[in-house]
Amino acid sequence: MRVSVRCASLTRWKDRASSPWISIGRRSDDRFPRAPLRRGTGTAATVITALILLSTTLAQAQSHLTVGSKKFTESYVLGEIARGLLTKQGFVVAHKQGMGATLILWGALKSGSIDVYPEYTGTIGEEILKSKSKLTPTQMRAELAKQGIGMTDELGFNNTYTLVMKADKANALGITKISDLKAHTDLPSGPTTEFLGRKDGWNPLMARYGITMTSVKGIEHKLGYAALNSGSIDIKDAYSTDADIAVNNLVSLKDDLGFFPQYKAVYLYRLSVPKKAVEALNSTAGTLDESAMTKLNAEADRTKNYVAAANLYFKQHKEMAVGAEASNNIWSELLAETGQHLLLVGVSLALAVLFGIPLGIRAGRPGAASTVILGITGLIQTVPSLALFAILVPWLGTEPRTAVLALFLYSLLPIVRNTATGLSGISPSLRESAAALGLDAKARLFKVELPLASPTILAGIKVSAVINVGTATIAAFIGAGGLGQSIQTGLALTDNALILRGGIAAAVLAILVQLLFEGVDRLLIPKGLKLRAP
Amino acid sequence: MIELKGISKQYGEAYAVRTLDLTMPSGQTTALIGPSGCGKSTLLRMIAGLIPPTTGEVVIDGQTLTLDTALKLRRQIGYVIQDGGLFPHLTAGQNVALMAKHVGMPQEELEARIAELCELTRFPGDGLSRYPVELSGGQRQRVSLMRALMLKPSSLLLDEPLGALDPMVRAGLQADLKEIFKQLGQTVVLVTHDMGEAGYLADKIVLLREGSVVQEGTLEDFQVRPADLFVTHFLTAQRSLVAL
Repeated sequence: MRVSVRCASLTRWKDRASSPWISIGRRSDDRFPRAPLRRGTGTAATVITALILLSTTLAQAQSHLTVGSKKFTESYVLGEIARGLLTKQGFVVAHKQGMGATLILWGALKSGSIDVYPEYTGTIGEEILKSKSKLTPTQMRAELAKQGIGMTDELGFNNTYTLVMKADKANALGITKISDLKAHTDLPSGPTTEFLGRKDGWNPLMARYGITMTSVKGIEHKLGYAALNSGSIDIKDAYSTDADIAVNNLVSLKDDLGFFPQYKAVYLYRLSVPKKAVEALNSTAGTLDESAMTKLNAEADRTKNYVAAANLYFKQHKEMAVGAEASNNIWSELLAETGQHLLLVGVSLALAVLFGIPLGIRAGRPGAASTVILGITGLIQTVPSLALFAILVPWLGTEPRTAVLALFLYSLLPIVRNTATGLSGISPSLRESAAALGLDAKARLFKVELPLASPTILAGIKVSAVINVGTATIAAFIGAGGLGQSIQTGLALTDNALILRGGIAAAVLAILVQLLFEGVDRLLIPKGLKLRAP
Repeated sequence: MIELKGISKQYGEAYAVRTLDLTMPSGQTTALIGPSGCGKSTLLRMIAGLIPPTTGEVVIDGQTLTLDTALKLRRQIGYVIQDGGLFPHLTAGQNVALMAKHVGMPQEELEARIAELCELTRFPGDGLSRYPVELSGGQRQRVSLMRALMLKPSSLLLDEPLGALDPMVRAGLQADLKEIFKQLGQTVVLVTHDMGEAGYLADKIVLLREGSVVQEGTLEDFQVRPADLFVTHFLTAQRSLVAL
C-alpha cells in the first residue's frame, strides 16, 4: 500500500521537476498548473490506518503467549524456562504459575487460555489420550495433532512417579521395593489426590502389585513431605526428580514390576503458535538430564525463585552449547550482538536515507503531497516502537527484516522533515539565481539546493541514526538480535549485569555513531556554509 | 532586442503588470523605474523567464519565451539581483564557473574567460578562491556580474544591482557598470528606483506605476516633458533626495 503511494508522489514530483519555472513564494499563479492530485492518496491513508488497527489486533493474538504450569516445583521451573526461551524470541510471554493438575492445564491449553505447558509423556498417554497401549512419541504426536496440540521433543530426563519413604524407616523395615509393601499394608499412606485418581496412580499400582494398604488418605504434595517428616504418614508418591527426596533424606522404592510408564518431560503447545516459538521450545530437547533437573528443582526450592532456577538452566545450557570458557563468551557474544545491531541500524538507515531524501525533496515543495508525506511519516513516529514492531510481525514474521522495516520507518521522519525544511528554507533569491543561470531542475537540485540544504539534511540523518541505535534494542523483542538481546535476556532472567551490558553497549554505540556523523558533517558540508562573515 | 507584447501578470484578482507593450532595443540600456510595487521587478522576472506571464509574450532576439525555450533563453540572458544571489557553498570562482562547467566549457577556455571577466569587472583574481561571506558587498556584485556574463549572453538583466551598497561603493560600481555596458554593447535592462542612476546608466528610461507604463524616454524627456503630475512628483522626490 505504502509503495503505491510513494510511486504516485514520485511520479508527480518528476512531472513538476521538469518544469523550467521555479516557484517563488506560495502564490499559486506563480507556478504552472499542477497535475490534479490523485484521488488515491486520501484513500490510501485511510486504508493504511485501517490496516494498522487491524494488524494491531492480530499482533496481539500472535506475539503474546501464555505459558501454564502445574502446581509443583519442576513444572514452575520448566514453565519459567519456556517463558525465558519464548521471551528471547521476542514474544511477550505471561506465565500462569501453578494452575492446578493435568486436566486443568490440558483444558486451558485446548481452550487457548494458555499456549504452552510442560507435560510428561506418561501423563499424556495415560491421562490425556487415555490410551490402553503404550504409545510411541510419533503416535502421541499424531493423536495430539488431531486436537490441535503439538508436542516437543523430550527434554531428556525421566520424571517418573515413585513411592518414597523416610530412609531410616525403610531401612528399619527392610523395604527397598514396592513389592516389599505386601508385608506392611498397615503403613499409613498419603498419596496426592491427583495420584489417587490417576490411571497410572495409586489404585492401579496397588492392584498391579496385589497390595491393599489399609490406611490411605489424599494429601497435597508439599504437605505430604511434611507429613512424612512428622511421621503421620510413611509412604507417599513423588516425582523422581523432586529435590525433596534428597533434602528430606527419603528413599525411592524400586518399581520392581515396571508399573510406571516413562515420564519424559516435553512441552505441549497449541499448533497455532508461531513456528519460531516451537523452534525455541524444541531447542530444549536433550538438554536436561535427571541430575540437572533435580539440581534446578533444588535451586528453586532453596531460593523460592523459579526465575533464578530457570536462569541456572540458561547458564548451563549456554556453556553446554558453546563449550568454551565463560570469559571468551562475553566478548564474542557482545561482538556478535554489536555486529547484528550495526547491521540492523546500517541497513535501515541506508534505506531511510535512500527513500527519505527523495520524499523530503518532494515534501519540500509546497502542496498537498507535502502535507501527506509529512503527515504519514509523522504518524508513524507516534506509534510506540514496541507496538510498531508488533504491528509488522503478523506481516513479516519475527525476522530481522521486520526489525529493519520498523527501524526504517522510524528513521524516515527526521530525514524527510529535515530534507524538506532544509530545501524550503533556501532563500528565494538563491533559487531565483540558480534558475536564472539556466540550470535545469536536476542541476539546480544537485548543484545548488541539496548542497545548501546539506547541513540540515545531515542533521536529520544524524538524529535518525542515534534514535535508530536506541530503538534497535527493541528489535530483540521480536528475535532480530542486536544489543537488545542482552537486555531482553537480562529482563527475562532478572539478570541486571546482562541488562547493563546491553544498555551500556548500546549507549556507547550511539555516542560513536554521533561522532562518526560529526566526521561525515566535516566531510560533506561545503566549507562555504561553515564560514562566518568576518 | 527584447520585445514585450501585450504582456500582463495577474496574481488572483490583482494585477502586478497591466497589459503593456515595450521594446528594449539591441545594444541599449533600458532602465525600468518606479516606486515599490509598480511591477518593475515582476516585469524583469518575466523577461528572465522565471515566472510565466498571464497574457502576452516575451520575445528575445526574435525567439519567443515559452516553457520549452525558457532554459535555453536563460542561458542567453545574464541576470544579477540586489544581493548578488551568490551561492554560499561555492567560492567566487566556482560561482562564476558553475554554468560554464554545466554546459561543458573546456578548462582553458573557462580559465581565460574568467581572467577576462576579472579584468572587465575589476575583480582581483586572488579573490576567486574566497567564499561569498568572505567578500565585501561590492565585490559580491562584481562576482555576480561575472557569473551573469560568463556565457557571453546577448542580454543582461539587473534587478537593483547596487541597491544594497553604500554610496561610495555604489558610485564606483556605477561608473564601472557604465563602462562595461559600453564595452559589451549588450541589450541591458536595469531595474532601479533611483532616477539619477537610471539617467546615468540608461539610454531609455521606462517609468512604471501600478503595473502600467506612465512614460518612456530619456532623462531629458522626463525633465522637460513630464507625462503627468505623477512623473513630476516622482522626479521631485528623487531630486530632493539628491539635494539632501
